[in-house]
Amino acid sequence: MSTSSSPRIAMLKTVAGALILTLLPLPSWLEVIRPGFLALTVLYWSIVAPRAGGIALGWFCGLLLDAIEGPVLGEHALALALLAYLGVREHQRIRSKPVFQQSLIVFAALVIYEFVLFAIDGWSGHPLTTPLRWVPTLTGALVWPAAAAILARSYRPRT
Amino acid sequence: MAGFATGSGRPLQGRGGSPGFRFALYAILSVAIMILDQRFDWLQRAHYLLQGATYPVELAVSSPVAAWRWVQQSFANRDALETENQRLRTRLRDLELRSMRYDALARENAALIGLRKALPPVAQRWLPADIVDIQLDSLRQRVLIDRGSVNGVTGNQAVLDDQGVVGQTMYVGPWSAEVILITDPAHALPVEIQRTGLRTIAVGTGDSNSLALPYLPANADVRVGDVLVTSGLGGVFPPGYPVARVTQVHRDAVQPLAHVRAAPFARLQTDSNVMLIWFRHDNPAAPLKISHGELTSGDRTIQPLPVPVKPAPPPPAAAKSPTAAEANAAAAQRAAPAPARKRGPPPR
Repeated sequence: MSTSSSPRIAMLKTVAGALILTLLPLPSWLEVIRPGFLALTVLYWSIVAPRAGGIALGWFCGLLLDAIEGPVLGEHALALALLAYLGVREHQRIRSKPVFQQSLIVFAALVIYEFVLFAIDGWSGHPLTTPLRWVPTLTGALVWPAAAAILARSYRPRT
Repeated sequence: MAGFATGSGRPLQGRGGSPGFRFALYAILSVAIMILDQRFDWLQRAHYLLQGATYPVELAVSSPVAAWRWVQQSFANRDALETENQRLRTRLRDLELRSMRYDALARENAALIGLRKALPPVAQRWLPADIVDIQLDSLRQRVLIDRGSVNGVTGNQAVLDDQGVVGQTMYVGPWSAEVILITDPAHALPVEIQRTGLRTIAVGTGDSNSLALPYLPANADVRVGDVLVTSGLGGVFPPGYPVARVTQVHRDAVQPLAHVRAAPFARLQTDSNVMLIWFRHDNPAAPLKISHGELTSGDRTIQPLPVPVKPAPPPPAAAKSPTAAEANAAAAQRAAPAPARKRGPPPR
């Protein structure tokens, strides 16, 4: 991935990449463990560049995701905006942690994200109560170190 | 919150206030959109535009799979093609033999039910569609097809394959449409058991090989191997299309309802193309169209009253018929709200 100096361009590129990974047709057992790539990307950007993307980035990505697979428009928008808010709020604390601890924090954040989706699914009358829906939170936390390393290559901040 | 600052010393709250404030703003916006999308049809238009915008991405992502399939097909060897040709020929002959008597039977049937002339078939027009993207997991059973409103596709349109009912269109974009399969947990399909004519509702389970019939009383006449066909209620499918075959019947002495599973005829997991059907609305067998308004803003005063389901006493053999009636009523009560839900189970 080429390095761009502007965070916004890097953001657009990585969001497009995450969207493609989200939509890629996979065999069903892989489908179950596919991590929420878009959620990881939004979280990464809200930690690394809280001013450039932040909550607005999360919200628009969520709206895009809703258009593709959400039962209700606005569901993923709310959940991803919350995720971005958590990232922006705690970005200094998360940045200073070693990667292993970061993964734990990411796991917690993804559980909150999934819970918001779970609650809205229930309220809007499309409840999915299978425990399998929580698997992507775990795999998301597991792939976080790799995802963060790949995303870090797309953008080098001017220091 | 105001003192929150980034490493470079600049306050984080540049444009548009602190992160907390901005999050609250976006949260309110999201909730407003959700309520509008859930309660009113105002956002149909936005959905249409967004679906048009995301379709190229979905198409691009699924193109390697489509290209691989194309390569496989073009290198299929001669023997395989000949075998398939032979098989198709045989099938065509069988179907022709079977349909030979159909016209005569249809005329006879029309005469029997007192119509002057034989009716044209209920299906007016059909259009093949390719499946572009598949979401088959236990959460959602949806596919995306490459036909949209440009081709005249409308919402809640019947989708079949050559074996049986596949599902119905849900969101229609300009060039694409999302199809909810009959096995989606949010889908309910009014069916009848072909052998007995008993009507019930087939609900998706999230597994593409299985449908549940949750509203049959324990003493209902249903057996493994029974064929389920559409009952024509619900306003999407005309009666008589094959849906599934009963694979499992479990009766429990303490449960008022039987536990019945059925396997769909349509090859939901392996289909690569499906058929969209338009029906002739002047045909008496055509599904009744129900307007959206009545469904979204139901009149509370004419809704059935919620009746608590009594824990039915274990049915002794002598008291079979009253228990059956009770269980049927309970099933009807539970089934009744299903069509009133807006999007999920669209048996209209």
